[in-house]
Amino acid sequence: MFAEWQYIILFVALAPIFPLAPVVVNRLLGPHRPNPIKQQTYECGIETVGDTWVQFKVQYYIFALVFVIFDVEAVFLFPIAAAYGQLGLFAIFEVALFVILLAVGLGYAWSRGVLEWV
Amino acid sequence: MSLTDLLYQIFGNQPWVDLIASLISIFTISTFLLLIVIFLIWLERKVIARMQDRIGPNRVGGRYGALQTVADVLKLLTKEQITPSGADYLIYNVAPILTVMAALLVWAVMPFAPGLIGVDLNVGIFYILSVSSVSVVTVLLAGWGSNNKYALLGGFRAVAQLVSYEVPMILALLVPIILARTMSTVGIIEAQSIPYLFMVPLAAVIFFISALAETGRTPFDLLEADSEIVAGFHIEYSGMKFGMFFLAEFIGTLFMSGLFAVVFMGGWNVPIINLILTFFGAQPVNFAEMGVLGTIIGLGVFFFKMFFVYMIFIWIRGTWPRVRVDQILNFNWKLLVPITLVMILVVAVLDKLIPPGTNELVRASLHLASNILIVFVTLEILRRNGRRRRMQAVQAGTELEEIETGAHDIAEAAHAH
Amino acid sequence: MFEQILFVLLTIITLGSAIVVVTHRNLFHAALALMVSFAGVAGFYITLDAGFLAAAQLLVYIGAISILIIFAIMMTRRLMQATEQPFNSQRGLSIVGALASLVIMALVIAQYWPIAPNSEVPMASKTILEDAILQGSVAELGRSFVNVDAFVVPFELASVLLLAALVGAILVAWPKTEDQT
Repeated sequence: MFAEWQYIILFVALAPIFPLAPVVVNRLLGPHRPNPIKQQTYECGIETVGDTWVQFKVQYYIFALVFVIFDVEAVFLFPIAAAYGQLGLFAIFEVALFVILLAVGLGYAWSRGVLEWV
Repeated sequence: MSLTDLLYQIFGNQPWVDLIASLISIFTISTFLLLIVIFLIWLERKVIARMQDRIGPNRVGGRYGALQTVADVLKLLTKEQITPSGADYLIYNVAPILTVMAALLVWAVMPFAPGLIGVDLNVGIFYILSVSSVSVVTVLLAGWGSNNKYALLGGFRAVAQLVSYEVPMILALLVPIILARTMSTVGIIEAQSIPYLFMVPLAAVIFFISALAETGRTPFDLLEADSEIVAGFHIEYSGMKFGMFFLAEFIGTLFMSGLFAVVFMGGWNVPIINLILTFFGAQPVNFAEMGVLGTIIGLGVFFFKMFFVYMIFIWIRGTWPRVRVDQILNFNWKLLVPITLVMILVVAVLDKLIPPGTNELVRASLHLASNILIVFVTLEILRRNGRRRRMQAVQAGTELEEIETGAHDIAEAAHAH
Repeated sequence: MFEQILFVLLTIITLGSAIVVVTHRNLFHAALALMVSFAGVAGFYITLDAGFLAAAQLLVYIGAISILIIFAIMMTRRLMQATEQPFNSQRGLSIVGALASLVIMALVIAQYWPIAPNSEVPMASKTILEDAILQGSVAELGRSFVNVDAFVVPFELASVLLLAALVGAILVAWPKTEDQT
């Protein structure tokens, strides 16, 4: 099985070449005259005021968190799905229990009003 | 008849033949992708132009503007790369490279034709999902590295949308895996005696919607809406670095159409023609056993299906308006994810209850019936919900609030019919 | 030979970025180095014939948890170029403690997996994983999740754990009343 993944490792080692080549060509072909006015941060044409920070809404964190939960659930469900032909009837109950527990979590988040985008 | 077999025939069975075959395949895939994007951009511009009742590029390279994209690429290559002040050097430069790398890496498991695949991993679909989720992080890097409030905000919103729609995509891809009993892409093609599009259409639709959102295309293209947040997380990128983000988006869209064709439409196989042939008593065609000719025909079939789905992507872009960000996220978490979870349970239970060895057509129609049942139940729930809310608003004497969720639109449309 | 080079390379990447995580001043760069070390661990899983686990590591750690960590950093720090002091006043004691635990761990592990060649390995017969799983069969892994004699109880407990994590995080992160938003 490692032999299969060797292809992927080779691909990962070679893949940076393909985006790097145009970027490097661009650096060679394009003009290079840096100038503080050109390098100002873009803010619709107005000068920036103050340091760069944004008011971080907690919604972003909640969505990422629910995604982590469902991601780990997917990691468990994929091998079971791949082995589905060889499982007995009792496996349905176990899988259903697993999915329902996580659906309860989603339902709790929904009822708490956490999934609204304020 | 794969490339490795060909090389073995020429050079004999030596250890470095594998390496050469892998290198050739990597370079072929990557070069093919970089070159076909030129065609794809031209195609999109022409088709959308026709949908908008205009002509599109028609000056560069003849009457059809065929070399327009080449001219654009040359223009991008000669632009100055302006690095904004205060941008983090490492992160700012790594983000576009990583995005294109992730977009290229997923193609390693795409089955182009029998024998023409990068590597047939036994966890093919799972590998695709993993690499797609790595490309989500690069968006955040790009937004952060630009040292720009709006890029950062655009990056946050983009990540919120991308991360939310990963969930229904992962769960919708579970259904073909349950039906095919394998995660490898070639295995799923071979297990489709009936295309899964007709067997579990709900899973296909959900996957299609999440693919639209994952690649950031209309109606979910808030990530880069020119009129909303002025190009979002890649405001501060110029020249070819911006070109890299653009490239990654097109490669990603083509990949999603290819994946849809493989997982739901039978890939390089022709299941419907095979069904008709067996119905009339003839032998079904199997391109895997037909040598080089089979490879070429299979390649043609796969490309036809992939571009068919890609044209649907373009069609949707030319037709539908953009959805608001809170509508996007509400639609995902309150409609798509619950319905996908229900669908997985129903498909899993049904597939176990069907005794093994029943006719494929019977199995397919049972799954189709269950999907239609789920859709009807959902529409009924939405309809009741909408009616109840309307009654409450009428009784309260106030006007109904603006449409809050995309689900409400579906209920309205269903009710109107 | 190829595996040796790969192993050395992965070790350098993983340990190097782990050191950067712990010692770097800029929190955001530290989070990025953490992502690189996750990728290094995924590479290790590949060399151990655990392709599914490598993909799971990419999917969960780099695709989800790194984003969560970066969001948490942004939630608690206002400036983008925030710098932290990596070492505090207890660094002498902590180095001694770290070396002591390393020595203890090495002694304990050497009890069960002796380093000397051709010595007896007491734990060798105690592997609970089937051979098919060790060779990378995902179907076998899936079967072991629902097999009553295998791992079904940890499997269900994992879902309870995830549920507890979700509920707990919502309780902690979400403001109690609307005025506290």
